[in-house]
Amino acid sequence: MKSRQASKRLKNGLFLVFFSVVSLAYLMPIGIVVINSFKRKAYINKYPFSLPTGRDFVGLENYRAGVEAIGFFEAFGWSLFITVGSVSLILLCTSMCAWYISRVKNRWTRAFYYLCVFSMVVPFQMVMYTLSKTADSLGLGNPLGITVVYLGFGAGLAVFLFAGFMRSVPLEIEEAAMIDGCSPPQTFFLIVLPILKPTMVSVGILETMWIWNDYLLPTLVLDQKKYKTIPMAIQYLKGGYGSIDWGLMMAMLVLAILPVILFYVACQKYIIKGVAAGAVKG
Amino acid sequence: MKKTLKRWFPLFGLPTLAAFTVGFLVPFVVGLALSFCRFTTVSDARFVGLANYKSILGDGDFLHALWFTALFTLVSVVLINLLAFAVALPLTKGLRGTNLFRTVFFMPNLIGGIVLGYIWQLIFNGVLAMFGRTLTYSPVYGFWGLVILMCWQQVGYMMIIYIAGLQSIPGELYEAARIDGANPRQILFRITLPLSMPAITICTFLTLTNSFKLFDQNLALTAGQPSNKTQMLALNIYDTFYSRAGWEGVGQAKAVVFFVLVAGLALIQLYITRRREVQQ
Repeated sequence: MKSRQASKRLKNGLFLVFFSVVSLAYLMPIGIVVINSFKRKAYINKYPFSLPTGRDFVGLENYRAGVEAIGFFEAFGWSLFITVGSVSLILLCTSMCAWYISRVKNRWTRAFYYLCVFSMVVPFQMVMYTLSKTADSLGLGNPLGITVVYLGFGAGLAVFLFAGFMRSVPLEIEEAAMIDGCSPPQTFFLIVLPILKPTMVSVGILETMWIWNDYLLPTLVLDQKKYKTIPMAIQYLKGGYGSIDWGLMMAMLVLAILPVILFYVACQKYIIKGVAAGAVKG
Repeated sequence: MKKTLKRWFPLFGLPTLAAFTVGFLVPFVVGLALSFCRFTTVSDARFVGLANYKSILGDGDFLHALWFTALFTLVSVVLINLLAFAVALPLTKGLRGTNLFRTVFFMPNLIGGIVLGYIWQLIFNGVLAMFGRTLTYSPVYGFWGLVILMCWQQVGYMMIIYIAGLQSIPGELYEAARIDGANPRQILFRITLPLSMPAITICTFLTLTNSFKLFDQNLALTAGQPSNKTQMLALNIYDTFYSRAGWEGVGQAKAVVFFVLVAGLALIQLYITRRREVQQ
């Protein structure tokens, strides 16, 4: 008995050591970027794995120049505005729509549901040209208009997930509320919405991860001279001829990753749970 | 209730339906129609039948991108799922540090494709510089670079799904198997794997479509260099649209082919793995 316990402890110890090493290695790429963001650009490509010492250390110079070159804080503001706006719009509109199509069952609502499922396997390249032209002709090429585009292109997954969850919600509670004199909006906001909360978190996280990091859609839809999101600003650093100032690039990559990591640390529990729940229903 | 609710369609259904029409339905239908036309803007389209599709067949870059994408998808789907499952197994045993490790492995998923591409460009170029090479020296480097990048990004996400799947397997099954004298190998292949099929279905679906549709990472890591030999399908379509004037029709036809491939692959994969799912 004793020897078995000892071997179990040894196993646990080995597990801990092994995974600690792998985790550290996993975080290395980000560490290397942080280290290089303090280096003079000439030293980055040649010796990316050395620590900045003496002559090649430039302090925060890369950050200062980079923020100025791509207008980082403006890009951050637009990314935040577009992500928060689009995700709120998606959560509100698609949950209402999913409730409607799950409770009013007829040919049309069923057809719409299948169209939503269908839209999930259509790659963006299929619609990118016509979508950017349509958005342009409707005047949606600004941060407010693009939220409508995101609602349209992101509706498929959201309606699918909400409708899937709605199937497990008993009808009786809603019917009781309606008999007691609740109007449909009252029933939805007072009864259904609170029940939907866990699915809201899942959908919200999946759509946030998509929209915050999306590069191609805003590039094609937004007026690039006026508005840039963070991924657009980073790609802008590459310039027309493919030459990159790696000093600025490193500093901007750090600034792009930082808010994501802070957000992750703050909401880690919800993110991991939300992803798992969203996937199982899919 | 159905009747009362029906009158509220303008509030509940219309906003999503309108946005869906503008953001998906119209672009999809018009895009399909335009693939049979020659055009530079939507209004000057002229019907040309299958001419656009015919010129795809003579486009060497597109056919190369197709093979490159197919091979990349195959390698990354297998690697990502094997690694994710292998990591998920020990992380469901309730050992110390498990939560921290899960958190770390999942993290790269939140970083966007463009940012990931530049992070790894720095690292690959740094390693290859020791041998006097760069990432764009050979398409082989670009290929494995993309595979490593994809694994780093996606293993954590798939691991989370596998963990959720593994935790839903009832413990009595393992106990019963152990009492019946099953060895760890038998338990893995006879119990754990068959009962993880729903998670395997989802993970292969996600990795398959993510890999096949990859764009941002491809653009930021190699941008198709050297001479379009690491260009994947999505990037090839983008280039056809936006850097070759007069080729919009061909670009749209390529996009239709791309859509059919993605949808077809996804359906075949769902059919195959769904069939292997067992009822508990």
